[in-house]
Amino acid sequence: MEQWNGFSNGTWQKEVNVRDFILKNFTPYKGNDTFLQGPSEATSDLWKQVMELTKQEREKGGVLDMDTEIVSTITSHGPGYLNQDLEKVVGVQTDQPFKRSLQPFGGVRMAAQACESYGYEMNKDVEKVFTDFRKTHNQGVFDAYTDEMRLARKVGIITGLPDAYGRGRIIGDYRRVALYGVDFLIKEKQKDFANTSSVMSEDVIRLREEMSEQYRALLELKELAKSYGFDISKPASNAKEAFQWLYFGYLAAVKEQNGAAMSLGRVSTFLDIYIERDLENGVLTEQEAQELVDHFVMKLRLVKFARTPDYNELFSGDPTWVTESLGGMALDGRPLVTKNSFRFLHTLDNLGPAPEPNLTVLWSKQLPEGFKDYCAKMSIKTSSIQYENDDIMRPEYGDDYGIACCVSAMKIGKQMQFFGARANLAKALLYAINGNKDEKKNVQVGPAYSPITSDVLNYDEVMKKFDSTMEWLAGLYINTLNIIHYMHDKYAYERIEMALHDTEIVRTMATGIAGLSVVADSLSAIKYGNVKVIRDENGLAVDFEVEGDYPKYGNNDDRVDSIAVEIVEIFMKKLRKHQTYRNSVHTMSILTITSNVVYGKKTGNTPDGRREGEPFAPGANPMHGRDTKGTLASLSSVAKLPYSYAMDGISNTFSIVPKALGKDDDSRIKNLVSILDGYAVKQGHHLNVNVFNRETLLDAMEHPEEYPQLTIRVSGYAVNFIKLTREQQLDVINRTFHATM
Amino acid sequence: MNGNIHSIETFGTVDGPGIRYVIFTQGCLLRCQFCHNADTWEIGTGKQMSVSEIIDDLKSYLPFIEASGGGITVSGGEPLLQIPFLIELFKECKKLGIHTTIDSSGGCYSHAEQFQQNLKELLKYTDLILLDLKHIDRKKHIKLTGMANDHILEFAQFLSSQNVPIWVRHVLVPTISDEEQDLRRLGDFIGTLTNIEKIEVLPYHKLGVYKWEALGLDYPLKDIEPPSDEKVELAYKHLTAKVTL
Repeated sequence: MEQWNGFSNGTWQKEVNVRDFILKNFTPYKGNDTFLQGPSEATSDLWKQVMELTKQEREKGGVLDMDTEIVSTITSHGPGYLNQDLEKVVGVQTDQPFKRSLQPFGGVRMAAQACESYGYEMNKDVEKVFTDFRKTHNQGVFDAYTDEMRLARKVGIITGLPDAYGRGRIIGDYRRVALYGVDFLIKEKQKDFANTSSVMSEDVIRLREEMSEQYRALLELKELAKSYGFDISKPASNAKEAFQWLYFGYLAAVKEQNGAAMSLGRVSTFLDIYIERDLENGVLTEQEAQELVDHFVMKLRLVKFARTPDYNELFSGDPTWVTESLGGMALDGRPLVTKNSFRFLHTLDNLGPAPEPNLTVLWSKQLPEGFKDYCAKMSIKTSSIQYENDDIMRPEYGDDYGIACCVSAMKIGKQMQFFGARANLAKALLYAINGNKDEKKNVQVGPAYSPITSDVLNYDEVMKKFDSTMEWLAGLYINTLNIIHYMHDKYAYERIEMALHDTEIVRTMATGIAGLSVVADSLSAIKYGNVKVIRDENGLAVDFEVEGDYPKYGNNDDRVDSIAVEIVEIFMKKLRKHQTYRNSVHTMSILTITSNVVYGKKTGNTPDGRREGEPFAPGANPMHGRDTKGTLASLSSVAKLPYSYAMDGISNTFSIVPKALGKDDDSRIKNLVSILDGYAVKQGHHLNVNVFNRETLLDAMEHPEEYPQLTIRVSGYAVNFIKLTREQQLDVINRTFHATM
Repeated sequence: MNGNIHSIETFGTVDGPGIRYVIFTQGCLLRCQFCHNADTWEIGTGKQMSVSEIIDDLKSYLPFIEASGGGITVSGGEPLLQIPFLIELFKECKKLGIHTTIDSSGGCYSHAEQFQQNLKELLKYTDLILLDLKHIDRKKHIKLTGMANDHILEFAQFLSSQNVPIWVRHVLVPTISDEEQDLRRLGDFIGTLTNIEKIEVLPYHKLGVYKWEALGLDYPLKDIEPPSDEKVELAYKHLTAKVTL
């Protein structure tokens, strides 16, 4: 094909194989950041417009406009622009930027509530259609839930389940649209369709139905592009088209789904190949290349969904998780770092800091020094970057994987996950003590085992009972997820995202846990200290008196860190015992996002001395203020958690004041690079890096208007600080800031 | 062998090159008015920690420390009050190829034979000394720290004669240790030393005041504010006037 002129040949030309294309054509870059260009005039003008709209949105209470009439589909809306004359990459979710789309397939009540909570009303006919005629995912799930599942959800031992919102965490391989054009992709799907088994088992029937949906979605994708005046049936022939084609693929996905996380994948090095070709042919300048990246990233920053207050409480700050994975190493030893890896990070300068896209560096000790330094420099400057250990993921996922959401690695276009939120292990520990009765609601949730009756907790007895409770919880949890994902496939299938996957894919059942540090410290207190139980009039253990000091997770002390490791292993093994929907592979994450606050609220006093209602630590972090031996001790504790038992990711958020990181800019960069290298060597998985002073945050709480772009990393993503609820803001401020002199 | 340890900071970035594993020893002879670790003064208290315990802990941070070109720094308190412990600790560090640093004010330096012998042995395993020169003027030194500075200056000269690399550090306290004449004199003294690698002016800060309060002590520098950046720069100029770095 003529659009491929100048590219090195490979199997990628005969079949869909983006990885092969990248490895045969990319140009590794080992230099520094001096080649980067500032924003063009058009970029600055467009961004000014975005900031003005952002201000209006904030002043209107968080939502500027909502579509209450038209149900969002790939082709539902005509073209929309910021400023058509200036935009190098076009396309918005509805007919206007900042207008949120109506997406009732996940649940019509949620969609209606999202409208209501911002003062809008959903069209009555639409509501009727999705209530009386077209079943939603949410209704399907509740049709099948057992009483026990409903109760577990209500008391919050399992929380955040995607049973009322889109599950997300599926990454379409949007690069395929640019490399092959849609017609090629349709042909490949048609071939697969002709080759399914002819024995019509449920699996085969479902697959054939899904493939037909995928096929139609691809046709709609072409329609969408056409409405903007582009024919994307053929491959992109230059860099500008490549950005645009790829973005149409992504845009189709966010028009069709408001999944919790709508991640982008790993596109920058792929796109660099087109830029390099254009640069070489003299049809593009560096300034124009940066402009393409800036405008593309600007579009990603505009992605918005209509969500309910309940959702916002769990995932605060209006996140969309447009996660883009940068860097990493190829299996052949070359760094997958290109100039475009730099250009993407450089948008944090050209457009200023922002939470989206969720810039994620796949860190390897082998990455070129110039890139490492630049990452550290931008982290220190913007607190907008997260790091994940390529050296432990590459052996599992190869060199063409990406991160969905926060920490979930998956092979692009070859793997998806069934997102499973998380089980509250801190509450489970209280259940173990109380014979599976809920400590706050005094109801029997799990099987009525005998509670602990002694005045002082005995470690072996608690562990034995905790084991039984986890056994029950693991089964309930997997079965609940089975229902959710069966229904999601049935009623809210991700047509375009799956059309941009291989037909045969790997699926994971991605469970998660919350409250690990609370559990580890509680068990440590029971084992090494003396924990007395205080019971209420019903005999429920509602409080604990801790005597004596005990080792606390986060100080690199094996006595307690080994407990944390053990809990992770035990729970994962129990999960694996249960059959999963579509034979998905069990995985687990230690990640809370901002839900550590909600989980804390729903959990009573714990034996580590944490008070009822107090937030948990986020993700795998040690509890606030209990890691007293400094940064490296804290990081070393978390790095002990075994990735092989938590392959959906282990999230750690690290905040440090600039002065503690080093005396001057150069030493700060060097020290941060050393932290990341060291953490990688120690097999740590994920690190959010925040560098700022607590005073800045306090001031931003008082004067939000002065900090429109203040961005901070929380567990697995970044948020605009001023968009957090006050409660969340305080939680962030109360967390450990590493600061020593 | 055990040391009396006040606390450990695993991520020190201001006490020597790279990332430092910093051990704060317990016990000090000086009573500096600006001390930000007043809780390390009392001798003989603190936590007993063995060399092997510390080395095991330290080892787990080597991936970070090595990546940064860092090492171990023993600070305090006054580390040189526990030389035999330091010798054993640093010997083990050297076996592992770890860069060793002592942060000392030299307040316990003496000519006693045993001290000299131990010190010389320790210096065999010491890569760098951060030497706090708090004041060049004898009287003002007494006022500031409770002790004269003769033996401290002798300690500096001794290190120079032994060719032990040092970073000189001077805490700049407005109205107490920032007078131009004193800074010039200190600069002259520094100029006589041949082992200077670096000179650092540390602006006085109030981060340790709460510790005085916790100890029930009256903080003597209550009304003094940290110096301006210009003052710090000027002080640096005076202190480095006679050396080539």
